[in-house]
Amino acid sequence: MRTQTSSLRSKDLLGIEHLTPEEITLILDTAEGFKEVSERPVKKVPALRGQLVINLFMEASTRTRVSFEIAEKRLSADTLNFTASGSSVEKGETLIDTAENLMAMAPDMIVIRHKYPGAPKMLADRLPASIINAGDGAHEHPTQALLDAFTIRERLGRLHGVNVSIIGDIAHSRVVRSNIHLLTKMKANVTVAGPPTLIPVEIEKLGVRVLHSIDEAIDGADVIMMLRIQLERQGKLRFPSLREYYNTFGLTPQRLRRAKEGVIVMHPGPMNRGVEIASDVADGPWSVILDQVTNGVAVRMAVLYLLGGAHRE
Amino acid sequence: MNVKKRLLDGARMHRAIRRMAIEIVEKNRGITDLIIVGIRSRGVPIGERLAKEIEEMEGHPVPFGILDITLYRDDLTTIAPQPVVKPTKLPEPIDDKVVVLVDDVLYTGRTVRAALDALIDFGRPRAVMLAVLIDRGHRELPIHADVIGKTVPTDADEVIKVRMAELDDEDEVLIMEK
Repeated sequence: MRTQTSSLRSKDLLGIEHLTPEEITLILDTAEGFKEVSERPVKKVPALRGQLVINLFMEASTRTRVSFEIAEKRLSADTLNFTASGSSVEKGETLIDTAENLMAMAPDMIVIRHKYPGAPKMLADRLPASIINAGDGAHEHPTQALLDAFTIRERLGRLHGVNVSIIGDIAHSRVVRSNIHLLTKMKANVTVAGPPTLIPVEIEKLGVRVLHSIDEAIDGADVIMMLRIQLERQGKLRFPSLREYYNTFGLTPQRLRRAKEGVIVMHPGPMNRGVEIASDVADGPWSVILDQVTNGVAVRMAVLYLLGGAHRE
Repeated sequence: MNVKKRLLDGARMHRAIRRMAIEIVEKNRGITDLIIVGIRSRGVPIGERLAKEIEEMEGHPVPFGILDITLYRDDLTTIAPQPVVKPTKLPEPIDDKVVVLVDDVLYTGRTVRAALDALIDFGRPRAVMLAVLIDRGHRELPIHADVIGKTVPTDADEVIKVRMAELDDEDEVLIMEK
């Protein structure tokens, strides 16, 4: 029998880097229990009744914010959304001041998205509330990696030994960093591929194989994870044109035809159709992109539930 | 903890469950609209065995489901670490059905309170019955069982341990002393 652990060690979820394989398994197993809640006629359980969760989104987000909000509501938590625009942040308030003011309202948990890496950790060190990182700069996006792992496990039955190829803008992606940590901890084989200008030097030290050809990356992969070209994070384009990128690194039905049978295609969204992925692939039978969105709610419910009891002893 | 007394062995547990199955069918005058729902974790094997006994008696299968009540516990905010959550699996809609909730031990009644809340989120049964293998008294809520395998007067510092072959290698019920 595999080792059982029934709680997370930290009051916060700041990244995958510091989780143990047992903690990852606990979150994924718990999420299975929560997936069923979203299929009920009454999609709500009283687990976090009376707890206040503040969603502090200092950077644009639709999918993640909505997903967290649904997860919180399905657990009966009270939720409060705080975004940078139209708030005291525009008047020059620092993150710490914002957080301490919010803390005076006694939230139990704060979900934070911020453009600066480490912002969630700064809050976690200073505040008694549980902090959940919903993406900090190019650092980590732990719940995305967890929902990706959940989806892979659901489709392929395991993570151990699965060949995962992550293709695209590796340099600017927090999703890829969290995914590399998670997948290597769970003993999956990770390959990253993209143009050399979009792959950080020495990334192979994280235990991944580096390729510069999408066709080689597709060969033998059980999972193909496409990443968005993050135009907003690049000062200027690191390749000649979007069309050239599509021709060289875009996932097309022709390329996918050479893939292993039963391959699944993932994308953390939002997609740039016709840049990193062809519409026929995104909407095709290989795609589990919308499963990822559905599973995101279950995984976030699991994280909220597991952290919800941690600091109230 | 020391074993104070063995309340039931495998053979006596089997007879108790068979008698409970007969009582369930009698009280409902048959098995029309009946659903057996076991409360995790020991209520599941007991419920499965009840459903099997009823099927053997009546010649028709009875729908069987599993209820996880973790998220409905009234002590969820005070216990740490958080208990493990598992899925609830109901075989069909429970609207207008007679649901027989099954658990191993009836004690304070709080588990049953949570189970009723969980169940009602899935629909509106015509009636809910409670079947337990052991009723040990000390209720803290106005809840009673309709079908009981064995009633045992206990002290509050005693622990009833139900072991089921499906989960614990062996069928037996023990009274333990702290």
